[in-house]
Amino acid sequence: MTAPLLDARLVVDRGAFRLDLPLRVDAGEVVALLGPNGAGKTTALRALAGLQSLSAGHVVVDGVDLDRPGHGRWVPPERRRVGVVFQDYLLFPHLSARDNVAFGPRRQGLGRRAARERADGWLERVGLTGYGGRKPGQLSGGQAQRVALARALAVQPRVLLLDEPLAALDARTRLDTRAQLHRHLSAHDGAALLVTHDPLDAVALADRLVIVEDGRLVQEGDAAAVTARPRTDYVARLVGLNLCRGHADGHRVHLADGVSLASVDRVDGDAFVVFPPTAVAVHPHPPEGSAGNTWPATVVGVQRHGDHLRVQLTGALDVAADVTAATVARWRLEPGQRVWAAVEAGRTRAYPA
Amino acid sequence: MTPQRQPSTGRAAGRRVPAALLLPAALGLFLLVLPLLGLLLRTPWASLPQRLTAPGVLTALRLSVQCATMATLLCLALGVPLAWLLARVEFPGRRVVRALVTVPLVLPPVVGGLALLLVFGRRGLLGGWLDDTLGVTLPFTTTGVVLAEAFVAMPFLVIAVEGALRAADIRYEEAAATLGASRWTTFTHVTLPLVAPGVAAGAVLCWARALGEFGATITFAGNYPGRTQTMPLAVYLALETDLDAAIVLSLILLVVSVAILAGLRDRWLGSP
Repeated sequence: MTAPLLDARLVVDRGAFRLDLPLRVDAGEVVALLGPNGAGKTTALRALAGLQSLSAGHVVVDGVDLDRPGHGRWVPPERRRVGVVFQDYLLFPHLSARDNVAFGPRRQGLGRRAARERADGWLERVGLTGYGGRKPGQLSGGQAQRVALARALAVQPRVLLLDEPLAALDARTRLDTRAQLHRHLSAHDGAALLVTHDPLDAVALADRLVIVEDGRLVQEGDAAAVTARPRTDYVARLVGLNLCRGHADGHRVHLADGVSLASVDRVDGDAFVVFPPTAVAVHPHPPEGSAGNTWPATVVGVQRHGDHLRVQLTGALDVAADVTAATVARWRLEPGQRVWAAVEAGRTRAYPA
Repeated sequence: MTPQRQPSTGRAAGRRVPAALLLPAALGLFLLVLPLLGLLLRTPWASLPQRLTAPGVLTALRLSVQCATMATLLCLALGVPLAWLLARVEFPGRRVVRALVTVPLVLPPVVGGLALLLVFGRRGLLGGWLDDTLGVTLPFTTTGVVLAEAFVAMPFLVIAVEGALRAADIRYEEAAATLGASRWTTFTHVTLPLVAPGVAAGAVLCWARALGEFGATITFAGNYPGRTQTMPLAVYLALETDLDAAIVLSLILLVVSVAILAGLRDRWLGSP
């Protein structure tokens, strides 16, 4: 097994907040760093770029120490081969699109003409031929994003970092730009790390997801593994599942307050059980026939969700149930109402915690 | 102003302004404008063309403009790096340094001139050494005028540029660093262009302050026509012999000042 292109353990102490995140990215791999606001995603990206020094740990790219406080090693950002696409792009407002892209090559010692030629080449690759003379203020959001990508790639970075690259775009532009970005990330032979809070961007663009919460790694894996087996409430919410933790013996998982859920999966010991909101039914009375998988609950809220209504329930388990408008109308579901929740056993999945 | 906003501003204007505010405001404006009006009223318009072309006037004007320009260039060369240091580098005693930079703003210029004399005078701290080793004499020379003006005007530039640097988004500099730019290249290629309007505004204020400098100049550089006698000094001298000449010289300074303010307003201050 070869060493990864990027190998890091990012430890940053900032007052009460501590980031401690191990991170490995192979050449040609795209990793998405996914997490809620304030989880430390941007801090991690800044530490990799050299805009924030580590308190402990290390950043190694291509076997070279870029930051290792334990040994007093530190390479400033301008001498790291790390390219960054910033969240609001930060195109230099006084330079044309071409000169923005040529800025990096110029600093690498290329002459003015050669740098501009290379810039034009990159602008062509991102589909902006003919836009080189425009100032950033004359570009649309999607165009500015592509110029920022071209500018970061023009220095031929070993590690490409993207901070919420699609967050500032409207829905329509976002779709096109995401497809384009996917193409460029696939073509990039270095490591790429994408910071985002949007699971759709992460799944569409990355080979692997790394999920951070409160400065720590909580889950890691490819999109299929993460979406099928969430391990925290945050991830479960991201992928739209109800997540409960309990103790399993065989096909039954025992949860809080004597509630237990049956599952087709066989697990023993501490376990998670997940089920989609559409698998939860809401009844005004204890449903007959189903011995388990049901418990009394209280309605907390009812909201429109797609083409049905999402009912938030509290009680022994806090879960969401997706029901039809007809159900809500028939039983006049409203906050504070006492109901019974039931989960279809065939639609729960259990796995070791 | 958009057309839609006019009705609301009209209504706002319709609200009564309290007399307790209106009266002192009008008096304040009166106090500021009346002396200038007096200057215009007493100007000998008939003899203005001859007086403007009198040899002493042009010499003083040329010297004033030259010295103010030299002083501004000196302030730019030293003041912009000083402003950058204050805005971008954390160092012990930064607040003390910032306070020291603003001292000439509140110091009576005569005191500044005296202080300069004590340092650069022939028997001053550095003046003797400069005279002996380099053969450079500063007091009572044109260079002395430039030095005195720079001393008084530099804070205007430093404060304006530091303010612009603090307001500028530091993340552009970080972006430049990730693209391989050293701190110096980042300064020249990114920071300076971004704060150019602030630097220009500071330079104009600095130039205007240098042009009007009197106290430090007369103390440190004396009042020699053609060598150290700038416009304000010429006004002061003319006051004792020829009032009309003093008025004409003052009028020129007034016109230059107003022209600068108008230029500033349109281009950089962007006041409504």
